[in-house]
Amino acid sequence: MPPPGFSMFRGINMANQKVKDYKDKIFRATTFFAAMMVLAVIVGIFLSLAHQSLPAIQKFGFFRFISTPTWDPVHEVFGAASSLYGTIVTTVLAMAIAIPVSIGIAIFITEMCPGFLKGAMGTAIELLAAIPSIIYGMWGLFTLAPIMGDTVEPFLQHTIGKVPYLGSLFSGTPLGIDILTASTILSIMIIPFIASIARDTFNLTPQVLRESAYAIGATRWEVIRNVVMPYSKSGIFGGIVIAMGRALGETMAVAFVLGNKHQIARSLLDASSTITVTLANEFTEADSDMYMASLFYLALILFAMSFLTLAAAKFILKERAKS
Amino acid sequence: MNPLTKRKIQNKVALSLSTLAAAIGLFWLFFILWDVFRHGMSFITLDLFTKDPVPPGFEGGGLRNAFVGQILITLVAMVIGIPIGVLGGTFLSEYGRHSKLGRFVSTLSDIMVSTPSIVIGTFVYAIMVKPIGHFNGWAGGMALAIIMIPVVIRTTEDMMSLVPWSLREAAFALGAPYYKVITQVVYRGAATGIFTGILLSIARVGGETAPLLFTSFNNSFFTTNLNDSTPSLTVTIFQYAMGPYDDWHGMAWAAALVITAAILLVTIAGRLLIKWRYRS
Repeated sequence: MPPPGFSMFRGINMANQKVKDYKDKIFRATTFFAAMMVLAVIVGIFLSLAHQSLPAIQKFGFFRFISTPTWDPVHEVFGAASSLYGTIVTTVLAMAIAIPVSIGIAIFITEMCPGFLKGAMGTAIELLAAIPSIIYGMWGLFTLAPIMGDTVEPFLQHTIGKVPYLGSLFSGTPLGIDILTASTILSIMIIPFIASIARDTFNLTPQVLRESAYAIGATRWEVIRNVVMPYSKSGIFGGIVIAMGRALGETMAVAFVLGNKHQIARSLLDASSTITVTLANEFTEADSDMYMASLFYLALILFAMSFLTLAAAKFILKERAKS
Repeated sequence: MNPLTKRKIQNKVALSLSTLAAAIGLFWLFFILWDVFRHGMSFITLDLFTKDPVPPGFEGGGLRNAFVGQILITLVAMVIGIPIGVLGGTFLSEYGRHSKLGRFVSTLSDIMVSTPSIVIGTFVYAIMVKPIGHFNGWAGGMALAIIMIPVVIRTTEDMMSLVPWSLREAAFALGAPYYKVITQVVYRGAATGIFTGILLSIARVGGETAPLLFTSFNNSFFTTNLNDSTPSLTVTIFQYAMGPYDDWHGMAWAAALVITAAILLVTIAGRLLIKWRYRS
């Protein structure tokens, strides 16, 4: 389509042409500055967080900071290792639970669900993303944590807990306030992100491809497994990475049920902490400059992690759209 | 085993597992919603909306302060976020639609939509709380506005791009300058979509807690002075749910029910609106 050129009008000498040009320039500049606010905010976040965390960066460095598990406000020795560990473990575990469930949901919606239910089913799953995270957290604390502590975790201890090596993941006293409960809640929260992107990419598979596979006698599962899935691989992968970016930065849902304990927990039934939980619990209580700077340092690391993850996801999805 | 039987069994197992996955998803949704409704319903009283909190141990009281505070903070966010979001989206879909910078900002907005909201809280703390020296409601509104802007920008951009080019060209042919074409033709065509985007962004920030923790903080008194720390429903839920008193837990459930119901209603209304407007 031809760009609507102003040059078309320039030649015509209308009396108010100049006024119109001038007004258009103002409008254009206003919209330009509004759009640039996004850029300004992102640059602003990086700069101000880096500035605020400068004392901690100078004192602890980068590699020492992320590899030190000590978080000791009294002696002002701060390391991010325990929070980073909690962030990574809860995210990985949540992904492990959410990916199979989300792909199952996407398969059900695109390949099995009767037509009149498709829209309702899709909306219902996406509503999971509309529920505020504080509601997940509160529900997790009052409803899910007791169920996990009283029923699910003792059951896991009596079954998987007896398997050598694997069993140590489920050692300790099941209280319900632990990594396993937090990851379960996180997994529910990210299901809609993976499921809706997987559903959209499944729908993009050309009908002709499916039909040719059916025509040579493939079962429905074989069509999904060998035609739809390979075709949607990169789309699903992009969705998974977006969900991961979300899980890294989730705060309130895990703040209630993780226990905010700075330790590198070996068992999934131990309390732990993530970067977000540390920030939520300690930011308003930080009483020394170094404490504050270390918290800002944590925020900076989290922002960089999630920014890079989400940028990677965007890149994957864009490459896919091109091909 | 006959290979055909094996394939059929595989097929059945895989499809049953997918159905199970869908059932799990629905189960969580209804479990959470039902649980919030069940706990919250018994604490929904008129007092909840008309009275301020009383010290723990005393009977009665409500959360009027938190409702009012929440509305004020959200209003500040809307006043900052909606104009910037709509105008920014206008640039991305019109003037900047083929420019590299425009595409770049569009991608950045997508990333900002998913940026951890607690990071935005720490950022606003650094620029609006630390220099002033105390928590304030304006900072809370600013934090929510920063979350709102990319959401509004992206939906505005998408909705304006849906307006057919032939409409714009028809207006150009009449001699209209671009800004007139945008304000009188494109905005009209995309109005429902833009409005829905705004609605959904309000629903999105209405449930945010993390960015308010270090900005507007909380306040157990009624206040309309945004220069002071300002209460909000979500931070109140956090404080009450983590607190030791049963009264507080009940109040927190009631507030949770109100907020969940409001957000789900707005979200569903927005989706229906889009469906109605863009039905083919």
